[in-house]
Amino acid sequence: MENLINIFIKSIFIENMVFAYFLGMCSYLAVSKTVKTATGLGIAVIFVLGITVPVNFLIENYILQEGALTWISPAFASVDLSFLSFILFIAVIASMVQLVEMVVEKFAPVLYSQLGIFLPLIAVNCAILGGSLFMQQKAFLNIGEASTYGIGSGVGWFLAIVGIAAIREKIQYSNVPAPLRGLGITFIVTGLMGLAFMGFMGIKL
Amino acid sequence: MSEPLFSRKNLKLLSDPINDSNPITVQVLGICSALAVTAQLKPSVVMALSVVAVMALSNVIISLLRNTIPNRIRIIVQLVVIASLVILVDQVLKAFVYDVSKQLSVFVGLIITNCIIMGRLEAFALGNRPWQSFLDGVGNAAGYGVILIIVGFARELFGSGSIYGFQIIPDSWYIANGGFYENNGMMILPPMALITVGIIIWVQRSKNRKLIED
Repeated sequence: MENLINIFIKSIFIENMVFAYFLGMCSYLAVSKTVKTATGLGIAVIFVLGITVPVNFLIENYILQEGALTWISPAFASVDLSFLSFILFIAVIASMVQLVEMVVEKFAPVLYSQLGIFLPLIAVNCAILGGSLFMQQKAFLNIGEASTYGIGSGVGWFLAIVGIAAIREKIQYSNVPAPLRGLGITFIVTGLMGLAFMGFMGIKL
Repeated sequence: MSEPLFSRKNLKLLSDPINDSNPITVQVLGICSALAVTAQLKPSVVMALSVVAVMALSNVIISLLRNTIPNRIRIIVQLVVIASLVILVDQVLKAFVYDVSKQLSVFVGLIITNCIIMGRLEAFALGNRPWQSFLDGVGNAAGYGVILIIVGFARELFGSGSIYGFQIIPDSWYIANGGFYENNGMMILPPMALITVGIIIWVQRSKNRKLIED
């Protein structure tokens, strides 16, 4: 249990997707003009990361890794399919996003109308594929750790996008130098937020 | 094909994305996998070259297939083409520059979801001939690479006092040896990549005022 809490805190603050690895920057910059849309996209990301990371964890451990296919037949012990991981992960993400969209539409129409256009966008959000690739690199022990990591990274991304959206709403009333307006100042503010988040780096878990 | 291969219109496809419609600073595409690799110049150069290769080839392939791809499944076709090319690039990097490939870690895989590639396939390759698509791909990837290399250059110079792994600041300048200079350790940290790009945008837009947003 303690281990899970560690992974959770670590993935939110210390290894924040946006500030430490710059993942999902495209939608982060494009959809952060107002807090309301930012919240919608953030929740959708938590949702999708929480599903795709554990699914890809299963695929990694039961299909791709060297010796992972032994559950079919011991003859496959030396098969190593890990070079296929990119293509399988992206296929899983694209189809999971589609599936999640249909399930949400059927069972939670209110949530669906809120997430609406953001769900399909997420298939090409690098934070999602990044989550799966980091999961592969960190070699988690069981599916509980992988799901915690997925949800934690999603929450970290959510915090980042809601934070920047709030700052951008305020910054409209400031007198920013003309060439820096819009994109430029957003980059610099993100950098400053990142510096603030670096303060968490000293925490040893 | 009555048009010469390097007509003015074709050359414009190549040169436009480097400044006026730069993918990073103007179109805001592909920042995701770009910034984390720029702490040093060498991985930035390798990353830029990988993106040029994937981008040019995927543009040509999609452009060749453009009349046979059913419109409704085009996204998945594009993803498969990109993912296969990225696997190729990844294997080549692992074989020839293993240390850089280790340093780039997951970011090679993240070329797949690099929005520039998808964006150019959607916006250009699906409606144009292979040669034009090739030029457009090379141009956009070069525009991306230029920014990557500028950021990598600045961060490595100020952060570690070297360029491409060679030390530039003389040893005697350092405080440890009785000099006055110290590397700015902050430049190697991730947030400074964002601030460096912010400054590049500032400089570019003050030179090229038609890009200013209001």
